[in-house]
Amino acid sequence: MADLGDGFALLYVDRHLLNDLAARAFLTLDDRKLGVRRADLTFGTPDHTVATLANASASREDANPYVVNFRQGARKHGIKLFDIGEAEHGIIHVIAAELGLALPGATIACGDSHTCTLGAFGALAWGIGQSELVHVLATQTSVQRKPAAMRVTLVGDVPAYVEPKDIILYLIGRLGVAGAAGYALEFAGPVVERMSMEARFTVCNMAIELGAKFGLIAPDETTFAYLRGRAYAPLGALWEAAERDWRALVSDDGALFDAEWVVDVSAIEPQITWGTSPEHVIGVGGTIPEAEELLAGEAAAPRRRALEYIGLAGGDAIAGTAIDMVFIGSCTNSRISDLRSAAAIARGRHVADGVTAWVVPGSQVVKDEAEREGLDRIFEDAGFKWGSPGCSMCAGAGDQMAEIAAPKTRIVSTTNRNFVGRQGPGTRTHLASPAMAVAAAIAGRICDVRELVERHA
Amino acid sequence: MPEPFVAIRGAAAPLLRPNVDTDTISPGSRPAGRGERATFNEKGSSTLAADLFAGWRYDENGDDVPEFVLNKPEFRDAKILLAGRNFGCGSSRESAVWMLREWGLRCIVAPSFGEIFYGSCFKNGVLPVQLDEDAVAMLAAEAAPGAPRAIFEVDLARAEIRAPSGTILRFELPKIRRDALLGGLDEIDQTLERVAEIAAFEARAGTAWPWLYGKGAR
Repeated sequence: MADLGDGFALLYVDRHLLNDLAARAFLTLDDRKLGVRRADLTFGTPDHTVATLANASASREDANPYVVNFRQGARKHGIKLFDIGEAEHGIIHVIAAELGLALPGATIACGDSHTCTLGAFGALAWGIGQSELVHVLATQTSVQRKPAAMRVTLVGDVPAYVEPKDIILYLIGRLGVAGAAGYALEFAGPVVERMSMEARFTVCNMAIELGAKFGLIAPDETTFAYLRGRAYAPLGALWEAAERDWRALVSDDGALFDAEWVVDVSAIEPQITWGTSPEHVIGVGGTIPEAEELLAGEAAAPRRRALEYIGLAGGDAIAGTAIDMVFIGSCTNSRISDLRSAAAIARGRHVADGVTAWVVPGSQVVKDEAEREGLDRIFEDAGFKWGSPGCSMCAGAGDQMAEIAAPKTRIVSTTNRNFVGRQGPGTRTHLASPAMAVAAAIAGRICDVRELVERHA
Repeated sequence: MPEPFVAIRGAAAPLLRPNVDTDTISPGSRPAGRGERATFNEKGSSTLAADLFAGWRYDENGDDVPEFVLNKPEFRDAKILLAGRNFGCGSSRESAVWMLREWGLRCIVAPSFGEIFYGSCFKNGVLPVQLDEDAVAMLAAEAAPGAPRAIFEVDLARAEIRAPSGTILRFELPKIRRDALLGGLDEIDQTLERVAEIAAFEARAGTAWPWLYGKGAR
């Protein structure tokens, strides 16, 4: 809405989405005697610190200070909350899509780096820190620098049992975690055009793991079909006007990007990470890279550090690595299509002895639908625990930091970050797709889901 | 209210690992064995400085790891961090900046930064300086442990860093960012001065894109 010079602009924020970690921002507002400019454009849900398993049914979390303060602040400022136990509760990035809060062409800010998920609508959606969050609450605007533009065009045929998660992990392995740093990243091409919205969410979700604050996919018929009839989507004549506008939200033919990649997905294997960065990723049939030679000083050998932490040796096959735990959930992979894919592998099989396995749906809507389809029974019969919506074990904050694993626990996880200590101090995270995660749970070790399926076919 | 950023003088701690994520800078939970309840730091605890790089600074028993750069006596009062590329990538948690600042670091020099982290620095009076990899390596060599009283100076008004050898490196910073740091300007106050402009935009946008601002289907 205003050019601030030097490539900076003041952007109006059409949707401000809050999670329970915003509780603190309300205190800052009070301290500074500021109000919320547009409570009607601000929506929230508690997701990070809520209990999703053992304590999920105990209470509505009246003893959780994050949730209590968050509710208080929201109530005081008249902000709509989708609260724990309500039909629309869930992970903010999951429910913002389900409710039609995120729309093509909208600017969407949220105090969580995975807000880029919602760029799958052709929205400009980005994560902000706490200070910026207060700025958005008070002014409904955000100072942003215009990013450079990158396009990744995905071509080829997606092999069986290769999921959207495998495609984005593969890209991160190819481009690196800083590969799109400073860019707004558009995903395009025939593979993307054929993807469902849920698949697109998974891909855009991990744009931040390429260093891109914004991930984008041009809206198309798939987008419109997904949005039509959603609770907060426009209706009637307003919808018609909106759709006409949205159809123009595509990159021009012959548009010049600052960087362009064309990637063929036809030969991608199911992916699995071996280290402590999402770029530490290989096909499940691959071998763990050798650590580099020791370099001088602190620049030395990030791979060596990663291998030491993760407890694996360079040169070994990744398949066959024994695991302790499996987590299926998070804003990356907790939607109904993810759970269907997971259940298809779990059906009629059982989690290996000694392996703990959780399935945590991304929203109450997902949970209810999964239960209608009987997926919860499939999971529970197979030895998985069936949870309630929330971020759970993704960021180690679930149940006020109690939903974490013990040091050295080896976890195959459908989440987005395998950073040191991410799922609890000393934990060893291997990122993978829902199907690969179930396969690991059944086998008790990292294995190729295709082999598991064929062996038991 | 941020205080103005004035020129700083002090030691520079070299930590040149690439892709240091904000989970590592500001761990979600404390390492085991420290006898304290885990805290999720986004909430802002009073132990911000103690939690900085906790996974690297402390061993399993909660004791200092002597080899970690911030535990070395010559860097305990460092004001500058020399970092690797893509420093502060990952999570948006601003506690990463709060912790660095609380520990005493006012300037981070790196070849590149995680973008959300980079923006958060300016809101907390921390100066992120982008220099190419060779320049950061050169500074790190001058800061190397054992270098006698290796004192660096960062002058934001002149946009330069003076290394102990006397070498001066100039850096680029958008004017809007530099002015804000130098003046200790608060971004919310600055934006609120434009409140009439914001209201005018709201009126225009409500007409141009009514589906974005109406009540929706409810």
